[in-house]
Amino acid sequence: MSFPLLTATAALPALGAIATAAVPAARRTAAKWLALVFSLATLVLAALVVVRFEPGGARYQITESHAWISDFGVRYELGVDGIGVALLALTALLIPFVILAGWHDADPLEDTRPNRRWRPTQGFFALILMVEAMVILSFEATDVFLFYILFEAMLIPMYFLIGGFGDRAHAGGDEAAATQRSYAAVKFLLYNLVGGLIMLAAVIGLYTVAGTFSLSEIAEARANGSLSIATGTERWLFLGFFFAFAVKAPLWPLHTWLPNAMGESTAPVAVLITAVVDKVGTFAMLRFCLQLFPEASKWATPAILVLALISIVYGALLAVGQRDMKRLIAYASISHFGFIIMGIFAMTSQGQSGATLYMVNHGISTAALMLVAGFLITRRGSRLIADYGGVQKVAPVLAGTFLIGGLATLSLPGLSPFVSEFLVLVGTFSRYPVVGIIATIGIVLAALYVLVLYQRTMTGPVKAEVRAMPDLSVRELVVVAPLIALLLFLGVYPKPLTEIVNPAVEHTLSDVQQTDPKPEVEAAP
Amino acid sequence: MENLIALLIAAPLLGAAVLLCGGRRLDRVGHWLGTLLAAASFVIGVVLFSDMLGRSGDGRTLHQHLFSWIPVESFQADVAFQLDQLSMTFVLLITGVGTLIHIYSIGYMEHDERRRRFFGYLNLFLAAMLLLVLADNYLLLYFGWEGVGLASYLLIGFWQHKPSAATAAKKAFLVNRVGDMGLSIAVMLMFTTFGTFAFGPVLGSTGDATEGKMTAIGLMLLLAACGKSAQVPLQSWLGDAMEGPTPVSALIHAATMVTAGVYLITRSGAIFNAAPDAQLVVVVVGAVTLLFGAVVGCAKDDIKKALAGSTMSQIGYMILAAGLGPIGYVFAIMHLVTHGFFKAGLFLGAGSVMHGMNDEVDMRKYGGLRKHMPVTFVTFGLGYLAIIGFPGLSGFFSKDLIIEAAFAKGGTQGWILGSVTLLGAAITAFYMTRVMLMTFFGEKRWQPDEHGHQPHPHESPKSMTIPMIILAFGSVFAGGFFAIGERFVHWLEPVTGYHHGEAPISAATVTGATMVVLVLGAALAWLMYGRRPVPVTAPRGSLLTRAARRDLLQDDFNHVVLVRGGEHLTRSLVYVDHTLVDGVVNGTAASFGGLSGRLRKLQNGYARTYAVSMFGGTAVLIAATLLMRAV
Amino acid sequence: MNPVYYLYLASLLFTIGAAGVLIRRNAIVVFMCVELMLNACNLAFVTFSRMHGNLDGQIIAFFTMVVAAAEVVVGLAIIVSVFRSRHSASVDDASLMKL
Repeated sequence: MSFPLLTATAALPALGAIATAAVPAARRTAAKWLALVFSLATLVLAALVVVRFEPGGARYQITESHAWISDFGVRYELGVDGIGVALLALTALLIPFVILAGWHDADPLEDTRPNRRWRPTQGFFALILMVEAMVILSFEATDVFLFYILFEAMLIPMYFLIGGFGDRAHAGGDEAAATQRSYAAVKFLLYNLVGGLIMLAAVIGLYTVAGTFSLSEIAEARANGSLSIATGTERWLFLGFFFAFAVKAPLWPLHTWLPNAMGESTAPVAVLITAVVDKVGTFAMLRFCLQLFPEASKWATPAILVLALISIVYGALLAVGQRDMKRLIAYASISHFGFIIMGIFAMTSQGQSGATLYMVNHGISTAALMLVAGFLITRRGSRLIADYGGVQKVAPVLAGTFLIGGLATLSLPGLSPFVSEFLVLVGTFSRYPVVGIIATIGIVLAALYVLVLYQRTMTGPVKAEVRAMPDLSVRELVVVAPLIALLLFLGVYPKPLTEIVNPAVEHTLSDVQQTDPKPEVEAAP
Repeated sequence: MENLIALLIAAPLLGAAVLLCGGRRLDRVGHWLGTLLAAASFVIGVVLFSDMLGRSGDGRTLHQHLFSWIPVESFQADVAFQLDQLSMTFVLLITGVGTLIHIYSIGYMEHDERRRRFFGYLNLFLAAMLLLVLADNYLLLYFGWEGVGLASYLLIGFWQHKPSAATAAKKAFLVNRVGDMGLSIAVMLMFTTFGTFAFGPVLGSTGDATEGKMTAIGLMLLLAACGKSAQVPLQSWLGDAMEGPTPVSALIHAATMVTAGVYLITRSGAIFNAAPDAQLVVVVVGAVTLLFGAVVGCAKDDIKKALAGSTMSQIGYMILAAGLGPIGYVFAIMHLVTHGFFKAGLFLGAGSVMHGMNDEVDMRKYGGLRKHMPVTFVTFGLGYLAIIGFPGLSGFFSKDLIIEAAFAKGGTQGWILGSVTLLGAAITAFYMTRVMLMTFFGEKRWQPDEHGHQPHPHESPKSMTIPMIILAFGSVFAGGFFAIGERFVHWLEPVTGYHHGEAPISAATVTGATMVVLVLGAALAWLMYGRRPVPVTAPRGSLLTRAARRDLLQDDFNHVVLVRGGEHLTRSLVYVDHTLVDGVVNGTAASFGGLSGRLRKLQNGYARTYAVSMFGGTAVLIAATLLMRAV
Repeated sequence: MNPVYYLYLASLLFTIGAAGVLIRRNAIVVFMCVELMLNACNLAFVTFSRMHGNLDGQIIAFFTMVVAAAEVVVGLAIIVSVFRSRHSASVDDASLMKL
């Protein structure tokens, strides 16, 4: 038996989580380093996966399959296609930065007044690694039941990360902070749990229809005609799956948990939510909705495209109206998730490749912007945009990185989000021109909210409160610089990524039996 | 030889990267490095130019394919360059004038602590603009297009500590983004129509597509051009962009940025030729902007804003010419080049004046400067004569040809366009004479600045005057050089095509008419500003004057409709999101909470209450059993 | 004599017992009423046994008596200990079992 590489990529951070949690209370720094080392080791394993993956080869590679609950046909089946590889790499890549950025976020407070909550540093980093393990495994699972368990289980560590660790300073004082934090955490949990339970019903329904949970077996049965799902049943099952993914993604009007969760948690956790955990939702739409229910997916496409369009414009407009910079980034993310979902359901190779790239690029760009915003918030102790002004003058490097993160968010060419956004737009436009044109409004609105944010925080006369603000420290620079380098590299040369993703997208498109629209005119060479 | 093309862009790009990432260590040499790399790009441009002159016909077009940028199935975007006569013209203009502006900035920005960064941005601007004109497909052009937008954002808002500068920068970027939306839709339309967006295949097969498609693409390209080139209705950013340092204004107005729209339309000539309706719209936009800019330019007391109005108007000429089709493309580009010389010279002159006048921009507080700043006076004066079209100078040739081409459009349209261009020429003569008189002639109206310092006008240092002198040479001789023997027409014809239209009136008549309106405009300005003293505070003015001072109320319209409307929209959406969407969610939670609260009351702890429910339940069960049996 | 009359008596006794459980507050009285209900049931069982001519009903009646005796032991013990701690035998005073 060959080395179970995929299991290892998930087992390593899980082991790391246990090890980190077991570090004695006094050795906080050791726990941090341990977590960082484990996350870096996971990155190495993820790199191995990328190297071993052959873009032109079989659909699912590096597969593993073991019997698990044989009475219900549940198997422990793993395998990655190009889409999974890309997202696995993104997750493994971002976690070290998340850990490094949150280095001091869970330190116990200096003063020891009895009502101050003590922050268990070990727990913070252990939970982050736990989330990493579950997310990675969910990108690898090719068994619907296994995926479902991970999809739900990752809510638990996320719940504690959101509810247990917040910004040090809060406008309403510690009491209000704790109340709002627990509200956000409960909202996150309940929202996703409702989605998950509806999905559970659909998972059971799928089993009664298909008699198996294995993606490959279902695909095989479909291909040789031994499995045919009635149209009505297929649609109900599709809706059950899609609802859960749309909550996670999140799609309008199921989005309201995201601004709360991202606003109340610390910046690294907010990155974890939007850049990593939410990607499971959009990833699952590509892998499960389209593959299991191709006909129903096509049936639902018009409605989903409309919702995605609303998400794009609505999220952007709300981002413009925010006074809290973390909530602003959250609404911007909602707009971007609209683009991703639109690309997936445009059902063209440009749209879906673009959507996959979008997931990766949005992860990197939001991480860059959010982490710098977090550094800013740590310095000044406020999330309100109006409390800043003129930061550019006192901390030019911080302002510069913030601007680059912002420019990536507004999809400036030369930075990687442009590639994916344009692909999504072109892919959508070639099948649904009107939808594509309306979505371009998002481009203008993105410029509006990013530049307004930058103008109000970074330019203008220097406010008294920010006058003594230090520029980025070495640790913070180490977090931001590689992300920016990656944004630039993938913006100019995204080919390594597209080569991995394109074949997988072709497979998905053949699942739903769609081909790209042909151009009207055969252009002269 | 074609391998040099990438170096054209690489040199300034390297400069931008090094200067922006280099940190304070480079503060002492940064400006020299930036200038050197801009000059290096110019030298490479000249080498390529001489090489191009050595070849003939189709051999003049060079291609360089670097790598595949975004390959997804049939969507193939490459990083590849194309250098033909049209790009070459732009390369020389951008790098040449750009280098001069770099040199000028060394002196102009001497006392700014962030000078290194300024040069980094300037280099970035050149690199983006070069990418724009050298790209061989529309997506790469879009890359450069947005890069120009970014660079202009950074430069207009260079003095970020001033809220007005930061706002102006944001406005420029946003208005440009509206235009960019047009370009991206155009690229998408090309992709669905032709399956590609490379220049060669798209422009080579315009005849095969329907006219409706071509019109749509053309209009979208026009929207893009309106944004970058500050044409009505997206012109509002240009005046505010004067918040940037003066060399930036020179760069934006003469060598880069605003010329991009003209380039785009000329480059896409084949598309517009296949879409007469789109061409008509282009011409109308050009004509409207031509008059709009000129009227605004007449009313501004801020020297830079007056010049900005003039730029808008002159670009209007170019867009109009480009909209005329093969009759006008060549002249649009020719006017663009000559305008590049004299407008850069005028802006640098204005900067020099400001430099000597404690950064005062209000022309009403100038006056009589010709004796104190002789070099600036002469170079500015030559630029002035060039722009109004004084016989023999650059502007005379290029503008005259556009007016002729406008008449040559034929029919009623030709007469209307011809009259509009003539009227524009008259107003140009008026407002430029006004600027000249208020600045350099008349009595001194100097006022102390806010710190109480009385200005002591003095000639600027050599680093500033030498570029001005070189540009003045260009302003004087470039037009004649291009026009004699139709050199420029022959140079560009292989790329843009050329068709000599049939004008209803002779060329000599047009020239004569131009001279007449020129004298009229200048004389009127002299009557109003030269013959009698200029008041230091602006008079109230007529309704038109007041409207023109406020950019013909276009900004007010934007403010009321877009800004206020947008604010209301976002505010109400925030409210809706909080109360309605989130309200449903919280409402569901609350209703479950309320229901359980009510159910909880049943559990009151009294054993007898529980006993009642037990007996009641039993009774109900028995009754039900009996009923079932009875049925 | 018609055995149905015994059934009427049994239901009468049961109703009185039930009403007592619901109405009276003294735990001892409530307890006695519960006994009354149990005995009413016993009477009904025995009557049915007589009517159907088999002994099943009588056996059940014995079981009930045993259960009732056990119940009295536990129940009285609880009542006594509640009375000791609260100095009251009212069932309404012991109303802590609620949310």
